[in-house]
Amino acid sequence: MAEQNIINEEMVARTRALLEQLEAGDEDAAQESLDTLVRLRETTLYQELGRLTRELHDALKSFHLDARIADIAKEEIPDARERLRHVIDMTDKAANTTLTAVEESIPVCDAILDEAARLREDWGRFTRREMEAAEFRKLVKRVDEFLRQCGERAEGLRSRLNEVLMAQDFQDLTGQIIKRVITLVAEVEDNLVNLIRISGAREEESPAADKEKRDIKAEGPSVPGTRQGDVVGGQDEVDELLSSLGF
Amino acid sequence: MDKNMKILIVDDFSTMRRIIKNLLRDLGYTNTQEADDGTTAWPMLQNGDFDFLITDWNMPGMQGIDLLRSVRADARLKDLPVLMVTAEQKRDQIVEAAQAGVNGYIVKPFTAQTLKEKIDRIFERVAAS
Repeated sequence: MAEQNIINEEMVARTRALLEQLEAGDEDAAQESLDTLVRLRETTLYQELGRLTRELHDALKSFHLDARIADIAKEEIPDARERLRHVIDMTDKAANTTLTAVEESIPVCDAILDEAARLREDWGRFTRREMEAAEFRKLVKRVDEFLRQCGERAEGLRSRLNEVLMAQDFQDLTGQIIKRVITLVAEVEDNLVNLIRISGAREEESPAADKEKRDIKAEGPSVPGTRQGDVVGGQDEVDELLSSLGF
Repeated sequence: MDKNMKILIVDDFSTMRRIIKNLLRDLGYTNTQEADDGTTAWPMLQNGDFDFLITDWNMPGMQGIDLLRSVRADARLKDLPVLMVTAEQKRDQIVEAAQAGVNGYIVKPFTAQTLKEKIDRIFERVAAS
């Protein structure tokens, strides 16, 4: 600051001299005084710039030296990527296992329903005494066969339902993985906030810097459906919006 | 409604395609084919005599909204009913899809009932026009 005072004093002196020279009509001397004033101004500017550069350099250095950050960037982010990819694989596998079991089960249910409906109709004819003895003997065989098949089919359905049940284990495993990634994201967030605090220290009181910090906090982990912005809150609102458009 | 109508399901996730396919089969529509994005779907639509298109929005390659625009711009396909089934919930996007000429818009996750309602509604309107 002492340096700055000296510069300021000199500027005052030079400005006075400039005024006197101009009043005296000494243009050459006035020009020289003006040049000196400009140089003095530039010196102040460069000093300020130098100071800022040093601060930034120090801040970056201290940030850089934080080994934890280097570790996050080098190891944990790629590791988190792998983990999340694994989550996709697991959910994909679970969904496909479930879908396959369902797709195999539905025709079994349909077959049982169809045959049960046919038997019921024929059984109705029998109870109304509308059936010949020969046909009744066939009906008895069909009922017998149906009961046997029902047992087999129920067993098949049960084993597929078990597959569906077992396929849900992804929830536990992916939940654990995602929780770990959330912890990592929170840590990265803290470090980013710190970086902003260090690099933006000079403007800490300005509203812009505060806003920046808030924005980073508000972003948080992105979850589908909770994104910011003008989004609808579900199918009803979509329908409302579309009907307002003449749909 | 013609239960034999030919339906193309476009979604980059095979599980979502399977879910839609199964729901459609439950509703009695068994004549379905699948594509994993707009780029794959476009030649199928051109050669396939499809009666109905169900498409996701966000896909690699060609997006659903671009597929919709291509359909509306094509002389032969322009009247094809298109239902969008997507996780995109921004108002701007829904308006954009409406302006591009979508016939129905379903946000994920959705229920079998919603799918049925929207399909019925679309074909009621097609029949009425």
